[in-house]
Amino acid sequence: MSALVRMHNVDKSYGKVRILHGVSFQVNKGQVVAIIGKSGSGKSTILRCMNRLETIDSGEIEVCGHLLNSPKVNLNALRRDVGIVFQSFNLFPHLTVAENISLAPRIAKNKSKEEALKITQTVLQRVDLLEKSNAYPEQLSGGQQQRVAIARSLAMEPQVMLFDEVTSALDPYLTGEVLSVMEQLALGGMTMILVTHEMAFARKVADQVVFMHEGRVWETGSSEILNCPQTHELKQFVGSEL
Amino acid sequence: MGGVFNVNHFNYLLLGAAWTFGLSVLAMIAGGMVGFIVALSRISPVAPVRWLAIAYVQLVQGTPLLILMFLAYFGLTVAGFDVPAIVAATLAMTIYISAYIGEIWRGCIQSVPRPQWESAECLALTKMQRMRLVILPQALKIATPPTVGFMVQVVKNTSLASVVGLVELVRAGQLVNNSLIAPLTVYTIIASLYFTLCFPLSWWSRKLEYRLSVRRAQVET
Repeated sequence: MSALVRMHNVDKSYGKVRILHGVSFQVNKGQVVAIIGKSGSGKSTILRCMNRLETIDSGEIEVCGHLLNSPKVNLNALRRDVGIVFQSFNLFPHLTVAENISLAPRIAKNKSKEEALKITQTVLQRVDLLEKSNAYPEQLSGGQQQRVAIARSLAMEPQVMLFDEVTSALDPYLTGEVLSVMEQLALGGMTMILVTHEMAFARKVADQVVFMHEGRVWETGSSEILNCPQTHELKQFVGSEL
Repeated sequence: MGGVFNVNHFNYLLLGAAWTFGLSVLAMIAGGMVGFIVALSRISPVAPVRWLAIAYVQLVQGTPLLILMFLAYFGLTVAGFDVPAIVAATLAMTIYISAYIGEIWRGCIQSVPRPQWESAECLALTKMQRMRLVILPQALKIATPPTVGFMVQVVKNTSLASVVGLVELVRAGQLVNNSLIAPLTVYTIIASLYFTLCFPLSWWSRKLEYRLSVRRAQVET
């Protein structure tokens, strides 16, 4: 198995505040990795660094063959390979669901109208929202909006998908429908890296769990580490969910 | 001298109103185009372009429109262009409008939430595509009420073009009044003609603002 995403000794600061401290880990093709930890532990920053929404101070990040810390990195090529879904959905409010989804394939990947339409229908089917094609985002529930956001990312046929606390803005019921879409994706073999507070989901779906604490990878391993944490901090973190 | 206000006088005022209308439209089109460039320059990633735009806006906003009129008129004359008053007036109004509308539009573009830029970026859209397909359509909606509101100001401010000899509504009124000496009648008519030009705009602006606030309320609930 080859590493699709590799972080090596990554450091990052905002001004004087150190956010990431020598972060290293890798993700193989088809793996689902859950990054967990308290707020402010640097989890979201890791995701944002992985598709170069943030730059790093030192270290190396390689994603789908793109060396992100190199000045020559082709950002558009990177973004065609990496999809990201945000906590706040970020759908385009002036476009319908179908237009939201077909925009990038048509513009960034030069697909024909027919091809884009086909892709749109396929991904909408995968998130079970085909009947909402012509709705505007504001007419959808939060859970539906987030599923559209996932479909929009899928339409670019990415090799890796990043999920940044995608259920944090949703109530438990809507969280369930989004998580089940994500579980289907995982079963379909998608390489996924998710920052999440849903421990039950991490236990069930993640092949690898990365526990972040104060900007460092504090503990990592299979989801088994959640059942028998080695460090005091993870013990505390897992304990606090009860 | 003297006489009573008759239909010929009224037609003369209407002709003046037509010039006012024409100058407003010309100035808004040209001012809008330059203003768009100003707005984009104000948020340019290239620092000197930004500084240049800021300097332009500050300079123009700190100069009375009346002075801009004189500068445009005499400036063009000194430079050897013997232009009709409408050209000088349009030039001055264009400069004036571009500085104000540029700032209004910059604010509207920047008020599109930051995550919209980011998610467009993450979908592999280039900077131009992000701007054209994601940001500007949203900014347009935000910009419509203040833009229309500003257009009302523009219509009224065209009265200053009278100083460079353009016989627009105010100048036409002055001429009619000079022969009739009936200021109250003449200026009341002028006021109502301005109102006729401006009212549809302010009415439209209020309607747009209302529609936008209703939409917001719907989104929030």
